Amino acid sequence: MVNLTLCSFNTMIKHFTFILCFFVLTACNNENKASLSTKSIIYCSEGAPESFNPQTVTSGVTIDATSKQLYNQLIVLDSTTNSPIPSLAKSWHVTRDGKMITFYLRKNVSFHHTDFFKPTRFFNADDVLFSFNRIINQEHLFHHISGGNYPFFQSVEFSSLIDSIEKINDYTVRFKLTRADSSLLVNLATDFAIILSKEYAEQLIKQDAISQMDNSPIGTGPFKLKEYRTGSFIRYAPHPEYWNEKTALEQLIFDITPSDIGRLTKLLAGECDVIAYPIAHKKIAERSDLLLDDVTALNVGYMGFNTKNPPFDNKLVRKAVAHAINKQAILDTIYLDGAEEATTIIPNTSWAYNDSVPTIDYSITKAKKLLQRAGFEDGFTMDLWAMPVQRAYNPDAVTMAKLIQADLKKIGITVNIIKDYEWTTFLRLLAQGEHHAVLLGWSADHPDPDNFFTPLLSCASAATNSNRTFWCDKSYDNIIHQALQTTNIKQRKAFYLHALQQISAELPLFPIAHSKRFQARASNVKGKILNTYGGIDFSKVSKN
Amino acid sequence: MLIFTIRRLNLFIFTMLLLTILSFSLSFLFPGEQIINISGATNATAEQLELIALEYGKNSSIINQYWLYIQHLFNGELGLSITSQRSISHEILAQLPATIELTIVALLIAMLVGIPVGFLAAVNHRKLADNAILSFAMIGYSIPIFWLGLLAILTFSIQLGWLPSAGQLSLLYEIKQVTGIQFIDILLSESSYKWQAFQDASIHILLPACVIALAPATIFIRLARTAMMNVLDTHYIKAAMAKGLTFKQIIYRHAIRNAMVQVIRDIGLQFANLVTLAMVTEVIFSWPGIGRWLIESISQRDYTAIQGGLLALSAYIFLVHIFIDFIYAALNPLAREARYGSR
Repeated sequence: MVNLTLCSFNTMIKHFTFILCFFVLTACNNENKASLSTKSIIYCSEGAPESFNPQTVTSGVTIDATSKQLYNQLIVLDSTTNSPIPSLAKSWHVTRDGKMITFYLRKNVSFHHTDFFKPTRFFNADDVLFSFNRIINQEHLFHHISGGNYPFFQSVEFSSLIDSIEKINDYTVRFKLTRADSSLLVNLATDFAIILSKEYAEQLIKQDAISQMDNSPIGTGPFKLKEYRTGSFIRYAPHPEYWNEKTALEQLIFDITPSDIGRLTKLLAGECDVIAYPIAHKKIAERSDLLLDDVTALNVGYMGFNTKNPPFDNKLVRKAVAHAINKQAILDTIYLDGAEEATTIIPNTSWAYNDSVPTIDYSITKAKKLLQRAGFEDGFTMDLWAMPVQRAYNPDAVTMAKLIQADLKKIGITVNIIKDYEWTTFLRLLAQGEHHAVLLGWSADHPDPDNFFTPLLSCASAATNSNRTFWCDKSYDNIIHQALQTTNIKQRKAFYLHALQQISAELPLFPIAHSKRFQARASNVKGKILNTYGGIDFSKVSKN
Repeated sequence: MLIFTIRRLNLFIFTMLLLTILSFSLSFLFPGEQIINISGATNATAEQLELIALEYGKNSSIINQYWLYIQHLFNGELGLSITSQRSISHEILAQLPATIELTIVALLIAMLVGIPVGFLAAVNHRKLADNAILSFAMIGYSIPIFWLGLLAILTFSIQLGWLPSAGQLSLLYEIKQVTGIQFIDILLSESSYKWQAFQDASIHILLPACVIALAPATIFIRLARTAMMNVLDTHYIKAAMAKGLTFKQIIYRHAIRNAMVQVIRDIGLQFANLVTLAMVTEVIFSWPGIGRWLIESISQRDYTAIQGGLLALSAYIFLVHIFIDFIYAALNPLAREARYGSR
C-alpha cells in the first residue's frame, strides 16, 4: 500500500521535472517576441492618472498619460514659434475688439472606434459645443460627473470669460467673449482644452452610464484606450482612421512604475523602451545603447505654505522658514546640473521675468529674528508633505524634505515628513488642506506667463484646488486680470512686475528651482517625445 | 480517513475563528473610529455612517457586533480600502492569485532542488560532498532575502540581461485576466502570441521564485538529509543489504520513498515561512501579489486593507498546510492510523 501510493508520487515528481525542463527549454526561443516588440513602445511612467479626461485635472501625470495620446484640441502651439497653428480647427478669425473668435473646423475627422463605442458620424460643431459647455454650464448633465472640478478652466475664469458658444453651421463655431483676453487662444491650445464626442455622451445617457465618460475615454487622437489596470498599466492601440499622420506603432503601453530605481532597472534590463524622470544621468549617458533626452521646460518647483491655518497664516513665519532654507544645497543635491535657482515663480526665459524683484537670501540670523517677531522663538512642529512622484521640477521631493528638515532644525522647527500616500490620495488630502507646507511645483501648459500667475496663486484657483497655498489676495487678482486685458507686452510686463513684487512680499510660496525635464530611452527608439510645455507625445515615435 | 478529515476541518474552523477575532479586535486597537476602521467609509456623511453603524450593530453587545462582522465576512464584504476606496474583497481576489502562483512555483523549486540534494548529502555522509552541501545550506539560509533579491536583479537582469527584473509578464502581451493565475490565463487566452507569452511568463517567474526558494530549499536539504540518515539506520535497510541488494536498489526502492514521507510532513510548516519571504520578494520584484499590496497598505496605514489582507493570507497559508497534511496522510497510512484510526 505504501509503495503503491509512493509510486504514483514518484511519477508525479517525474512529471514536475519534465514540466520544469520544458520551461527552461522553451525560454530560449524568442523570435516572434522580437516582431511584436519592434512595433510596441513600453513607456515606464512615474504615476497613475487620476482620470482619462484632462479637462478635469492639472496634474502632469494625467496630462502626460492622456492628452496628446487620446485627444486633439481645436488649435495647438507650434513648438518653435509658440504661435497657434491649426489642429481640429482648420483656421480661425478673431474680431478686432478681441471679443469674438470664429473657428472653421476640419472635416472627415473620426472618433475612436472601440468595443464600447462605434461612432456613426464625423467630428463636427456639436462636439465642440459639448466639450466646452460641459465646463462652463453648471447645469450641464455632464458637468458634475467627475466632481464638477475643471481646475485649469476655473483658474483662468473661463466660464465668466465665455459669454456663449454658437454653432453657425456644422463646421463653424463662434466663441463670444464678455471681455477681450489675450491668453484665450493659447489657453485653448493647452492640453486641457480637448474635444470630446457628443455622440458618445448621448450613447452613455441612453445606457444610463454617464460616469463612464471620463473613465472609458473617446477622442480623436492618434491612440485609443484598449485597457487600463488601475495603478498598474495603460494599454493604447493606434487609431487607424486618425486624421493626421498615423503612428507607426501597434501598441503603446504605459507601465506605471513609481519607484525611480525601479524605472532605471527596467530600462537597463530592457523591459522599458523609454522611462520618465531617470536618475543616474551619467550612467545612462555612458551606455551606447541608451540615450538621455532633456528639454528646457517652463516650470517651477516650490515649497508652498498653507496660508489658511497657523502657523503659516503669518507671513513672518513664512519668510523665516524661507530664510532658513539653504537653496544652493538643494540645487546641488537634488537637481545636480539640471536646474537653475528660482528667485520668482517665473523662469528667466519668460518675457515676464524681472530681476529687480527682491529675493530671499539664506540667513539663519534673519530667520531667527523673524521667528522671534512672530512670537515663535521656541520654534514649533510642522508637517511637510513631499510629493510621492518625480516631476521635472522636483525629481526627489523626499530627499529635499529631509534637507529642509535639517535646515529648519537650526531655527528650532521640527519637521515631520509626510510621504507615504499614493499620488491621487496625496492630491485629495492636499485639497482638503491637511498640510502645513508642501513640496510641489508647476509645469507650464503654454508659454504665456499668465499660466504661472493665475493657476498657482489666484483666488479662483485657491477655490478649485490648483492653488495649494489657499492664498487669496484681491489686489493680486486685480493686477493679473488687468494684465490679460491688453495685448501690449510693455504694459503686461509692468503688471506682472507688480504681481511678482507682491508675491515676494507676501511669500505664499517659496520658489526653489526651474528645472530641465529629462527622459531616457533605448537608442532604437526614434522620434520626439518631450515638449517644452505640456504633456509628452508618442504620435511621432517609432522603433527600429 | 474520515475522522482525520473531520479533525482537520475542525482545526481549520477554530483557527479561522481565532483569526477573525484577532482581525475584529484590530479594528478597535487601530487608532481612529472603530466603525471607520472596519468599514473603510472615510468619505461617508454622518447619515451614511449611522447606517453603517447600524449594519455592524455598533450599539449592541460586543458578541453581537462580532457576529455581524462574521456575517459580513461570509458575504465577502471586507469593507473599503481607506486610501483608495476600492472594495477590499475585489482587491484581494485580484492580488491573491499572483501570490499563489509565485509561492507554489517557489515551493516546487525548493522541493525539487532541496530534497534530492539532501539525500545526496546523506548518502555521502561525512564526505566532501556532504560538507560542501551543508556549508552551502548554511550560507543560503543566512543570506537576507532583501539583499539576495537585489543581488539577483543586479547580476541576472542588469549585468547579464538574461532575466527580467519586474512583473509577471512583459506588457507586450495582452492576456485577459480570468483566474489571475498567469499561466492558466495564458493557456486560456486566444492571443496569437500565446506560446511566446508563456515563455515570457516562465522567465519572469524564475528569478523571484528562485530567490524565495533558496532559504526553504536549504531547510529541505537538512530535513531530507536527516530523514535519509534515519532510514539508512533502520533494520529493514540492513535486512535489504543482507539480502544482497545493490546500494542503488536500496536507495531507489526503499530509502527514498520512506524518507520522503518524513520530509513531506514538515513542508507544511515551512510554507508559512515561504509566504513571508514571498511578501518581501514581491516588493523587490514588483510582483503584483497580495504581499506587496499588504506592505503598501501597512505603510499607508490602510487599516481595513491590513485586516482583510491578513485574514486572506493566513487562510491561504492554513489551507496549504492542511492540503500538505492530507498528502502526508495519503502517503503514509501508518501515521494516519496510528494517530487517529486506532483510538
